[in-house]
Amino acid sequence: MSALRFDQVAIKLGGRTILSAADFAVEDGEFVGVLGANGAGKTTLMRASLGLVPLAAGAIAVLGAPATRGHARVGYMPQNRGPIAGLRLTGYDMVASGVKGAHWGLPRLDAAERREIDWALDMVDARKIAGRSLNEISGGERQRLLLSQALIGRPKLLLLDEPLISLDPAHQKNVVDTVKRLSEELKIAVLFSAHEINPLLSAIDRVLYLGAGKAVLGAVDEVIAGPTLSRLYGAEIEVLRVGGRIFVMSGDVEMERDSHRHEHGDAHGHDHQDHAHADESRA
Amino acid sequence: MFDYDFMRAAFMASGIVAVLAGLVGFFLVLRGQTFAGHALSHVGFTGATGAVLFGLPPLAGLVGFTVIAGLAMGALGERLSQRDVAIGMMLSLALGLGLLFLHFYTSYAAQAAALLFGNVLGVDDEALAALAILAALSLAALGFIARPLIFASLQPELAEARGVDLRLVSTVFLMIVAIAVSECAQIVGVLLVFTLMVGPAAAALAFTRRLHAAIALAALLALAEAWGGLTLAYYSDWPTSFWITALSGLVYFASLVSARRSA
Repeated sequence: MSALRFDQVAIKLGGRTILSAADFAVEDGEFVGVLGANGAGKTTLMRASLGLVPLAAGAIAVLGAPATRGHARVGYMPQNRGPIAGLRLTGYDMVASGVKGAHWGLPRLDAAERREIDWALDMVDARKIAGRSLNEISGGERQRLLLSQALIGRPKLLLLDEPLISLDPAHQKNVVDTVKRLSEELKIAVLFSAHEINPLLSAIDRVLYLGAGKAVLGAVDEVIAGPTLSRLYGAEIEVLRVGGRIFVMSGDVEMERDSHRHEHGDAHGHDHQDHAHADESRA
Repeated sequence: MFDYDFMRAAFMASGIVAVLAGLVGFFLVLRGQTFAGHALSHVGFTGATGAVLFGLPPLAGLVGFTVIAGLAMGALGERLSQRDVAIGMMLSLALGLGLLFLHFYTSYAAQAAALLFGNVLGVDDEALAALAILAALSLAALGFIARPLIFASLQPELAEARGVDLRLVSTVFLMIVAIAVSECAQIVGVLLVFTLMVGPAAAALAFTRRLHAAIALAALLALAEAWGGLTLAYYSDWPTSFWITALSGLVYFASLVSARRSA
């Protein structure tokens, strides 16, 4: 049984084809980096796996069953993190809101549910952070709380949409290492989307690359290579490897770096020292 | 002051309304939808003037019109970028209609003032019973949707993925807001609905970091401000609505100072 299987999936949104004949399978406990230019469909692919996007063709199986909304064993960390950066409430209450959050009635927690929250917080070492206000902690700390919220319900598949966005390199490494540890300790399959392959290189088992409506899943060396990427981008792509890092070039433009800039606007540049501020600018 | 029937009725009415307004207002503030609440109150003004024009009780017009407007707002969805413009247009359209109704019913000036600025001392037994029943129904509905409402307010996209019907929750919530706004308008008037719905909730969120404590505190503060306002009005002979707004403002600004100190 695969954690996530796409079977000849096609997705159209607003008349535009996002994916066509996507066919791949992510195995149990596998850590997969999801890459591709802006608009290539990374977020759509995750939302489709959650049953939130209608398919034009094909089928998606999650942990052996058809993808549906509210699957108890799928954890999700959306790219849009909602209004929490501006709230004075504690992180604990934010994480707790996700426990049986789709059930009707008053939000009461029993002892077992409180233990579950403590477990999820401990898994990402966020017990102390959870006692502080959401608007007083850093972007990286909020990220850890959201990651622990995604662990509620003990998922077997984690869909993480751009967890590295607006984090500086040290915090990026911290998030990648944490997710890697969770994946191994808890045997969770992870889809981790990012703008750049390099922060993920040490952690991922395989890479899923999206481009021109196609999806290719494979080892980093096979997928992040001139011929494959040229096909996905529909343009001549050159892949350079320098000192253990990978640079994807189209002519003299570095593709991933360029797309990253585009997302934030040029004013923010590539490195974000002030992540709290960068978070707000995205909200 | 409790020797007078109208004072006892006023205390009971404002107590019921304050608790409802405080609780509902908390979620309005949490979700950043205070402007929607403000717009609903103006829609209520049109409903009330229209009802009087056709010989119906103002509260019926208030509740009927605002609930329909709440339903419409929820059905239109939450496209953030367009929300303020759409609500603003609805607000001015509603006020314009209300003006037209007033134009056709010119002897209505005194009642118009009561609608705009409230008239808690004019609450009779029948109105009190209506307020109590509507408040009980609203609170029951709010309790029923509380869990998904909190989840959807804090993490909308995750809530959707976990199976929360965002549009349903948002629509039911806006209908509850509509009833709370209508009740509030009876006490402080449509123009001052903010003072009981937004003031106590915003202050509560600044006084405490804990969700459950903030919800309870919002209701308590609204109650204290409403009863405090009535008491001050009784002894000073100044308007009740003025005193409630004064207390609400005072508590809100005190909460900002307290939040800054503890930060």
